[in-house]
Amino acid sequence: MAETTAQQTVEIGYGGTERLVMNMGPQHPSAHGVFRAILTLEGETVVAVDAVIGYLHRCHEKLAENLTYVQYPSIASKTDYVSAMTAELAYVAAVEKVGKIDVPKRAQQLRVLVAELQRIASHCLWLGTWCMDMGGALGGGATIFLYAIRERELVLDLFESLTGARLLYGFHQVGGVRYDVPAGWAERCRQTIDLIGRRVDEYEAMLEDNPFFLVRTQGVGVISRELAQDVGVCGPLIRGSGIPYDVRRTEPYSSYQDFDFKVPVETAGDCFARYRVRMVEFRESIKIVRQALDGLAEGPISSRPGVKSVGQVRIPKGEGYTRIEGARGEVGCYLVADGGAKPYRLKWRGASFSNLAVLPYIIPGHKIADVVAIMGSVDPVFGEVDR
Amino acid sequence: MSPLVYHALVGFVVLNAVIGMVTYVTLLERKFAARMQSRIGPYYVGWPHGWLQPIADALKLMMKEDIVPRAADRWVYNLAPLAFLVPCILVFATIPFAPGLGVADLNIGVLFFLAVSALEIVGLFMGGWGSNNKYALLSAMRAVNQIISYDLPFIFAALVPVVLAGSLQLSVIVEAQRAMYGAFVFYPVLGQLAFVAFLVATLAAENRVPFDILEAESELVAGFRVEYSGMKFALIQLGEYAHMIATSFLGALLFLGGWLGPGPAWMGPVWFLLKAVVVFLVVTWVRWSFVRIRVDQILAISWKLLLPATLVLLMATALVVALRSTGGA
Repeated sequence: MAETTAQQTVEIGYGGTERLVMNMGPQHPSAHGVFRAILTLEGETVVAVDAVIGYLHRCHEKLAENLTYVQYPSIASKTDYVSAMTAELAYVAAVEKVGKIDVPKRAQQLRVLVAELQRIASHCLWLGTWCMDMGGALGGGATIFLYAIRERELVLDLFESLTGARLLYGFHQVGGVRYDVPAGWAERCRQTIDLIGRRVDEYEAMLEDNPFFLVRTQGVGVISRELAQDVGVCGPLIRGSGIPYDVRRTEPYSSYQDFDFKVPVETAGDCFARYRVRMVEFRESIKIVRQALDGLAEGPISSRPGVKSVGQVRIPKGEGYTRIEGARGEVGCYLVADGGAKPYRLKWRGASFSNLAVLPYIIPGHKIADVVAIMGSVDPVFGEVDR
Repeated sequence: MSPLVYHALVGFVVLNAVIGMVTYVTLLERKFAARMQSRIGPYYVGWPHGWLQPIADALKLMMKEDIVPRAADRWVYNLAPLAFLVPCILVFATIPFAPGLGVADLNIGVLFFLAVSALEIVGLFMGGWGSNNKYALLSAMRAVNQIISYDLPFIFAALVPVVLAGSLQLSVIVEAQRAMYGAFVFYPVLGQLAFVAFLVATLAAENRVPFDILEAESELVAGFRVEYSGMKFALIQLGEYAHMIATSFLGALLFLGGWLGPGPAWMGPVWFLLKAVVVFLVVTWVRWSFVRIRVDQILAISWKLLLPATLVLLMATALVVALRSTGGA
């Protein structure tokens, strides 16, 4: 069922006969990177969309074969550069699973801590860019964008004092994490998330009390429950379509089972539902960060020594798949080890990649303006799509 | 001095004043938007607070390469910025800045303003068509849709004070609003509602968010001006801002009593300018806080809400005026 409807040109009683084929991207203000959508238009209405990806392909999986287990985590962060912490985590978790390496309690909690902070930062960027898609760089959208970026900066400041980097961290290492929390950091972190929690209320007030925002998002780009399952979307998309699927809950990793949090679910499946899911996730992430800070166990931060040489981690022959819940959904990493210091083969499963696959099903029938709204609500990061 | 020379002289002064205002209104808007977005805005070019920035921008635009796409319809493409700019500047001809201070205080001032400002669509469509660009074409299509839909409510809203004052001459309309102690009557209810409708229609007529589907840079990149560069782009920008200022002036004249205000007579133009700036900033405030709406929703707002509302308002105003005149007689 799935393949045929995507290829089909949806016929809409528009009356006009002339069609216009328009390229949106790969260079386009709301391409979120380098996405190319070939739109077939009848007037303003999109009747067919052809999605082209691959403009940001950097041979990540091949790179992984040529870099050691010590080197690659800081490259793994470049797959999803907006949510680098979770990308690194997926890789090191796969290595630890294949190598049967234990991770100390404190390291696990630190991983949860940074993953949730990263989710907040990533959702900030999503909110800003999505509103900019709908509101324009010369309008109200830019206002929300700058507010959201202001909050994202606060989280990045925290990461900077933790790891020394603001975008691509290299925080995780096989067996634990590389850096411990510096003095006074926990207090700063608490203040920051309190502030962000208040600011999220402000965004909600600014957006949800705004009828123009509501008419642009409600009922637009509806992903039905069946479609979500057929295509295999994940993350906020599938939760916006009424399926309570969250890897943190269904298959807890890195001590997520110890934390108390809700998995938000909306049933409408439209852009607004996805927005609501992410807004609740902001709060849930803040809750998890608080719990992690409160209950941070004492002890070592890694079961393995710090980096002395690039080839120091060797894991036995074997293979394994780990998945974690990134900011955009399920990030998977399939690793085949041959006993050396480098993986034999690595396969990434990017959340944005499978989420993007839903676009050809939901875009036809909408106006051009909705295309960017739907694109933004999917929240693709093209580093993760093309890898 | 012959009237011809006098008018030419005044026209020259007003034209340059308009260009000066456009230059600095961009700085005003950028500073205002920056404050809303918790930024600082232009800062480094010129002390204090980047007051030379507009000059630098203008110089930069003049020095940019003028690109004409090979596939463009050269005549239409090259003429479009002028066809867009001229009506936008021309509307200033009828705006009185104080009693007797203006190029020509026509007895059909409001009509002239509305008629001429509607002409800008020609230049806009020429630009969109002549660029031979799909984004520009779509934008031109949207422009025609939008201007047709919003000119009517705009005109009906502007006619409310005309009916109340009983004249199309802008200076007479202003004098009709004179109240005690140099204040102005902000026509209760009818005029105030009309002012709100006027502001909404203004947003659409000026192509500002939430009605900026023409430019819609997240969808159509830059709309009808996507292919323009250098001075041609600057002319379009100039026209757009001139139109915006002119509409702010018109709003101040029609609804906010123009130059009426406390203080001596020479304060008149100052009051007028202040009121126009307030109108401009209200529009800017809306622009920087809303998201853009879709083309079908824009048309729905116009035809289903704004047009009937302004029409009813105009009829109510006419009724009030008719009752008042019979009651008085």
